[in-house]
Amino acid sequence: MAKTQISMTVNGAAVDALVEPRTLLIHFLREQLNLTGPHIGCDTSHCGACTVDLDGRSVKSCTMFAVQATGADIRTIEGMANADGTLHALQEGFREMHGLQCGFCTPGMIVRAYRLLQENASPSEEEIRFGISGNLCRCTGYQNIVKAIQYAAAKLNGVPFQEAAE
Amino acid sequence: MIPGPFAYHHPTSVKDALALLADLGDEARPLAGGHSLIPMMKLRLATPGHLVDLAGVADLKGIRAEGGDIVIGAMTTQHELVGSDLLAQKIPILRETSLLIADPQVRYVGTLGGNVANGDPGNDMPAVMLCLGATYHVSGKGGDRRVAAREFYQGAYFTALEPGEILSAIRIPVPVAGHGHAYQKLKRKIGDYATAAAAVVLTLKGGGEVASCSIGLTNVAETPLWAEEAANILVGSRLDAATVKQAVAAAEAITSPASDQRGPAQYRTKMAGVMLARALTRAKARARP
Repeated sequence: MAKTQISMTVNGAAVDALVEPRTLLIHFLREQLNLTGPHIGCDTSHCGACTVDLDGRSVKSCTMFAVQATGADIRTIEGMANADGTLHALQEGFREMHGLQCGFCTPGMIVRAYRLLQENASPSEEEIRFGISGNLCRCTGYQNIVKAIQYAAAKLNGVPFQEAAE
Repeated sequence: MIPGPFAYHHPTSVKDALALLADLGDEARPLAGGHSLIPMMKLRLATPGHLVDLAGVADLKGIRAEGGDIVIGAMTTQHELVGSDLLAQKIPILRETSLLIADPQVRYVGTLGGNVANGDPGNDMPAVMLCLGATYHVSGKGGDRRVAAREFYQGAYFTALEPGEILSAIRIPVPVAGHGHAYQKLKRKIGDYATAAAAVVLTLKGGGEVASCSIGLTNVAETPLWAEEAANILVGSRLDAATVKQAVAAAEAITSPASDQRGPAQYRTKMAGVMLARALTRAKARARP
């Protein structure tokens, strides 16, 4: 099958490439751009490990063709750190609050939580849980992931983070 | 999983999309949000030779009031339905239903048109459209036509859409102000299809009697169901326990669910009744005479 020319912005950089139309966005990111942060978990659009931010939406890159992302502005976990190289508040939150164990779901969790906080800067615990309901974690039981996102929200809002009483 | 090869087309007008579908024939499939079609392609249960992506067709987007109706472009996403102030004010059952569909990532991409046109009995919006008395705008190379949602669904994945046609918009008569509504869905987890679900829109008179009622049921037959008899039983009542029980029995009687991982058929029929009873309670509490 003939290849198609695509161009998009990925983590702030312009990307031009040739892909088969059937190439899934996750395969394009991982295998052609060597961005292996987004993971292939379930490969059936359930687990959210492949989540990337695309034109202001969190999308599952296993269920989108790379050609559909033509012209898009994409951010993956590799583009999350601050410009000066320091960790983004979410990355710091996941480290400080022990928001990961095996780490497989973490890139998708952080990229999803980034969009959640863009839309709702001060989400309640319930809103956080609903907001990350498209991302599965099989280690943590989610408690510390929720705390990590609360930590990041507090930091981004410039207020002290207070852990809720157990 | 890697889908079979296909050629990708991305028209920017309805006219071009229809011309492509007509020229490419059986080998072509329209692509909306893709969250039903792409998983099927990855499993090679669908192997279209051509995909006609409708994402670039601006005319298929948007939510607008038109007379006493609201018209929603088929490519409007679930996320956009959730965020619409107009819908929250006029037809709040749509927001409630959208939030019960799949998960945030899927709602950013999944479309209303795809949800109602695919003919999957597990999709939630079709029963809501039967409940609301929606009309589908269908466009084909030969012209446009309108099909009542209540006449659209013929069997699992079989609809009134002819080859080469696309569903371009959904027209919904705005329910009267003060109506009560509820979409009650039983599911095992976020992202699951319904074990059973019920959509209710009703209006009350000053004395609390039901003035009008419409009921749709999800995933308890090969098609979404419009439970006309059950709704008629409730009209004139104050939703007392005996009448609700009678209506629930009438609704259960028209179901014919499959036994699957969500439970045996008898259980799913009973859950349709339970969802209906709960939806009625919530709709009544929200209604203002």
